[in-house]
Amino acid sequence: MPDSAPLLAVNDLHAWYGESHILHGMTFDVRAGEVATLLGRNGAGKTTTLKSVMGIVGRRTGSVRFEGTETSRLSSNRIARLGLAYCPEERGIFSSLNVAENLALPPAVRAGGLTLAEVHELFPRLAERADSQGTKLSGGEQQMLAIARILRTGAPLLLLDEPTEGLAPVIVQHIGSILQRLKERGFTILLVEQNFHFALGVADRHYVVENGRVVDCVPNSRASTATLQGYLGV
Amino acid sequence: MITLFGYPIQALMGQLLLGLINGAFYAVLSLGLALIFGLLNIINFAHGAQYMMGAFVAWLLLTYAGINFWLSLILAPLALGLFGMALERLLLRRLYKLDPLYGLLLTFGLALIIEGAFRQAYGVSGQAYQVPKLLQGGINLGFMYLPLYRAAVVVVSLVICLATWLAIEKTKLGALLRAATENPALVQAFGVNVPVLVTGTYGFGAALAGFAGVLAAPVYSVNPLMGSNIIIVVFAVVVIGGMGSILGSVLTGFGLGLIEGLTKVFYPEASSTVIFVIMAIVLLLKPAGLFGRTA
Repeated sequence: MPDSAPLLAVNDLHAWYGESHILHGMTFDVRAGEVATLLGRNGAGKTTTLKSVMGIVGRRTGSVRFEGTETSRLSSNRIARLGLAYCPEERGIFSSLNVAENLALPPAVRAGGLTLAEVHELFPRLAERADSQGTKLSGGEQQMLAIARILRTGAPLLLLDEPTEGLAPVIVQHIGSILQRLKERGFTILLVEQNFHFALGVADRHYVVENGRVVDCVPNSRASTATLQGYLGV
Repeated sequence: MITLFGYPIQALMGQLLLGLINGAFYAVLSLGLALIFGLLNIINFAHGAQYMMGAFVAWLLLTYAGINFWLSLILAPLALGLFGMALERLLLRRLYKLDPLYGLLLTFGLALIIEGAFRQAYGVSGQAYQVPKLLQGGINLGFMYLPLYRAAVVVVSLVICLATWLAIEKTKLGALLRAATENPALVQAFGVNVPVLVTGTYGFGAALAGFAGVLAAPVYSVNPLMGSNIIIVVFAVVVIGGMGSILGSVLTGFGLGLIEGLTKVFYPEASSTVIFVIMAIVLLLKPAGLFGRTA
């Protein structure tokens, strides 16, 4: 579906934390059914971009359109209801909720989300540990839970912030295969990633972010670990 | 005469019952405070005033509209719930981005204004409120006389506390509330209208205070100062139980009521300070409170 209108179109997005101006006119889009990444150094504004799209950052200007609807003036709960689901970098597993409650927490925003059985088929460990306190899971299991709980909501666009951070290679591989399956199922994914190898394995396009701006867009076919590292000067 | 540890058992049981009744009010009031503190991060100093208003709404309804106790038990908490929600929407909401100290100051000021207004209108001598007919009288248990109404207060308070605790621990809405207490921004980003949840929670806390006020009307007299008399002790209960811990507030409320009652028997001079002594000891040994989670 490369020619279809973008599912998410971000134009000249600026964002502030208090007095500090973090995003300086981010412009990019994500097409329905693709996996796009935001790559860049620490502090480039990748996480802030996801938070701004989600409406969590208070002060923002510019335009964010989802399925044609302007969202930049909406509160985060209204944005989520349009069909965006967010998995934060720190995972945000609730310690006062058990695994089953964590999984059931985000309300459904659209029909067509995964059923609980399908979620458990993708992540069997979550069924086994349904009664455990959410934060008692291992880091990898918590990451699975953080992804799993937004699959039930029916939101077609998933915003994932560094899902591989701090995880063992075998778990990173597992998450990669899950993202492939989600893509086949029709989910659109905007991914913030520092792990180039992982990004190359799952994404269709890469946006290179520097100082709160997109400085280049690289199709996956032209990207390699070396070119991406060159872009980022690492 | 039967005695226990050299004290007449009648007196001992009487004080224990009194302690249990006080404990019931401590529990219901500290439950509301803990809920509000958990989600809003505000120490609701107006809680005592809301309790007093509950009692006054019942008394006003009876005096001017002939509405009986049972109907007041529903109407007064509803009125206080609406009052609380309006307060949250119009005033408290403006303070969430500031230091929690401002919330304490605002609610403290509100409590003074409300209390002052009621003193101006109704004086400080207190208004009597009859025990409802159905619960007048009592049962002679042999070792003590048990007034029906007071027994009912303890039972109803226990039921309310248990129901609230179950709703928070076992229902979907309770899970949302617990999650929003931990990380409101993320819960909102999942599509939950957290500001409405916050308003509802404050309203529910105020309604609980109003409910306790109606229950208290026949036990103590209906007095503009009744809230400020009890609220300091309730704050001590919340601190001992652990700020924001629901179960902790309830258990501590009843427990401290009993301890206070026992102190009245064994060492009456200390009965009004024993709770604060316990608070000081708990703060020294376990600063997060008996049931509190250390961050």
